[in-house]
Amino acid sequence: MKKNLNGKIALIVAVLAVFVFGIIGVSWIPWPGQAPKPLLQAMTDRVHLGLDLRGGAHLILQVVVSEAISAETDNTVGRIQQDLKTANLSFSQVYKPDPNKPSLIRVEGVTPGKGSDVRSLLETKYSTEYDVNGDGADSSYTVTMKPTVVTALQKKTVQQAIETIRDRVDTLGVSEPVIQEYGLGDNQILVELPGVDNLDRVKSIIQSTARLEIHAVAGGPYKDEAEALASAGGTIPSDEEMIQGTGTVGTGTGSDSVWLLRRVSVVAGSDFRSADPGTDQNGRRNVRFTLTNTAGDKFYDYTSSNVGQSMAVVMGGHVREVATIQSAIRDSGEITGSFSPDEVEILSKMLRTGALPASLTYLEDRTVGASLGQDSINEGITAAVVGVLVVMIFMLIYYKGSGINADLALFLNLVILLGFLGFSGATLTLPGIAGVILTIGMGVDSNVLIFERIREEVRAGKAASAAVDQGFAHAWVTIIDTHVTTVVSAAILFIFGSGPVQGFAVTLTFGLIANLFTAVYISRVIFDAHLNKLKPGDLVSI
Amino acid sequence: MELFGKVNVDWLGKKWYFLSFSLIFSVAGIISMCMHYAQIGSPVPLGVDFKGGTQVQAQFQQTPDTNRIRQAMDAAGIKDARIQGYGPASNNEVLISLPEQQNESSLDAGQKQISDALASRYGNPFKVRNTSVVGPTVGKQLEKQALLATLYSMLGMLVYLWFRFQLIYGVAAVVACFHDTLITVGAFALTDREISLTVIAAILTLVGYSMNDTIVVFDRIRENLRMNRREPLPDLVNRSINQTLSRTVLTSGLTFLTVLSLYIFGGEVLKGFSFALVVGILIGTYSSIAVAAPMLVAWQEWRARQGKAAVLPAAKRARV
Repeated sequence: MKKNLNGKIALIVAVLAVFVFGIIGVSWIPWPGQAPKPLLQAMTDRVHLGLDLRGGAHLILQVVVSEAISAETDNTVGRIQQDLKTANLSFSQVYKPDPNKPSLIRVEGVTPGKGSDVRSLLETKYSTEYDVNGDGADSSYTVTMKPTVVTALQKKTVQQAIETIRDRVDTLGVSEPVIQEYGLGDNQILVELPGVDNLDRVKSIIQSTARLEIHAVAGGPYKDEAEALASAGGTIPSDEEMIQGTGTVGTGTGSDSVWLLRRVSVVAGSDFRSADPGTDQNGRRNVRFTLTNTAGDKFYDYTSSNVGQSMAVVMGGHVREVATIQSAIRDSGEITGSFSPDEVEILSKMLRTGALPASLTYLEDRTVGASLGQDSINEGITAAVVGVLVVMIFMLIYYKGSGINADLALFLNLVILLGFLGFSGATLTLPGIAGVILTIGMGVDSNVLIFERIREEVRAGKAASAAVDQGFAHAWVTIIDTHVTTVVSAAILFIFGSGPVQGFAVTLTFGLIANLFTAVYISRVIFDAHLNKLKPGDLVSI
Repeated sequence: MELFGKVNVDWLGKKWYFLSFSLIFSVAGIISMCMHYAQIGSPVPLGVDFKGGTQVQAQFQQTPDTNRIRQAMDAAGIKDARIQGYGPASNNEVLISLPEQQNESSLDAGQKQISDALASRYGNPFKVRNTSVVGPTVGKQLEKQALLATLYSMLGMLVYLWFRFQLIYGVAAVVACFHDTLITVGAFALTDREISLTVIAAILTLVGYSMNDTIVVFDRIRENLRMNRREPLPDLVNRSINQTLSRTVLTSGLTFLTVLSLYIFGGEVLKGFSFALVVGILIGTYSSIAVAAPMLVAWQEWRARQGKAAVLPAAKRARV
């Protein structure tokens, strides 16, 4: 009985076309108006190479989040002291008794009788973020940061660190850097920089504090330096300096401007703890920021005596923003100006990334030289090619005609596997290449299972098409079992592994899925096409 | 071409040979691991991933002289440097390692110091191919992760086999996998090779592969059990193994050849990985026949002696 295979063949061709596209994309086609990329380059662009094949630097950093928590609670200690003083409630001290528990604050020495007042004050003002405990029996209360708040702060600190590092790494001009959270929730960051081999330079850049400062504005904006000089009466006073502004700062025009600023900065980089975009009560966009305690005091002194004046944010030697001081600011304030949505984002980011939110410790660094990477690629590919050839030749000798079937299935398996990699953007690492080689070995297993079964059925006397039917039917169960167990093992490797090991798990999984399609479906169609041509009584070449 | 036309080997009859073979290698492995533990504090040499420390891989223009390198290190004040050749001698590559530090901050200096010492005190021009600096935190984390991964992997497969077959199949398969892992790790101890993270990946792969192989035999046993309830279990199991022998040897052979290709051509970085797979594939195939299948039969016979009903529906071997 001849089967209608046209539908199936169409499906196979369609699937293959899709995956070939996955490998090479369309950038090699000469679209109108675009120069076509050479085919090889189109391929290597789509398949990302891991660090061990490309060469580069790999760092794992730990963010010391306890510092951020400590800074926040230091702030709260100050505020509690302030609030108690304002409410005329006396106390002997507000402090953090345990340096290993930065989220715990104690208020001691409360006047007996005033206990409930203290407690209600603490609760009104701080209960959104802190738990207030204690009954005043020993004249003391504890204020503890809520665990959810602690976790949220830790997360935020790590995110801020990532942003800062990314900003700084950008200056290195690395293509495709990887900067992300790493590991199972231990506040670790992974930094991978392909093509970089000087770790010291990377580390110094990450640790550096960008030069961001706020200066008092003495005069400006001026159109150019001549105008600025003129307004200062010919010479610039010794406590002032002339700084260029970029773009539309303060003037609303597209051209650069010049400002006269006080030389000594009011606050600088490491004084900022955080900055976020927001809106004030009139709905105008602003940037809300917080400073460290010591900086807060300095800032308060400055702003309270300069309401109505302007201050400039200077970064990298240029004036980036100018804003008016609305009121005295201690440690948290807003910078309001006629900002566009973009501008508030950028300004917040600049203020945030001006300093690292907490210190970083290096847990691991590795560099792979580009020459080693290239050698690894060459060796990996050689091994893969030799492996494939050996298997293909053996299949031809052992299974004769059906061997061609198996070899074709194997080749298409690899095509689909590479297509998967191209589509998913997964990284190909050296163990990943090993995964491909293993896929070859295991892929051919499915074919062997099927063919051996077919041989058995033929030996038992069944006709060609019945033997093929039975062979596929019986082998299918085993193929599913074996593939599922290996994929389970690969999935666990993916969850618990890192970088190169994950690359291995990914290629192995994709390879096995592709194998189900090629070794079973495509092989079957090829067999059926062959059987269609056989006359009754002919034997299958196997 | 047909290698295994009519095979009729009594595999279960040979189970005592298999048991002794497995025992010899397991014990040899365990003894070697104990000796390593006494010497270096871990059962197998650990790669820098796990044990932490600094490692610099340098390739020299002329054949490197380990003694002169050590002198250069000592002169530069670098203590406890371990210097070993890496890869085939023709590569002129050397691995210089410093042991792990207690805290992360002192790690950093090592790498640069080594480069500087080599540049200034040892005249052979060189190129740094690879550096690794691993702090103790990451090393311990990795150990924990690797162990968890292996355990979960085996547990997952046990559950899957329990679901698809019966519990005893799952247990037999997992015991076979433990056996394979033990002998493979023992092989590393015996040949003094390092275990790195990629080696763990290889070991997990061979666990999956050994399962594969065991499942093929079990599938056939299950199929035969369905068709043939009168045959004594040992005979049935023997027949199942013989029927699948052709497939088993072929697949293992082919996979072995591809992995061998990796071992020979795949370069130094993957040597540990491919060695684990080479050993693992051989042992994994062996264990399906020599460990998993006999366990099924032994379990059945033990239950029979206890007077319990047969779990696997087949006749007991008739006592004559």
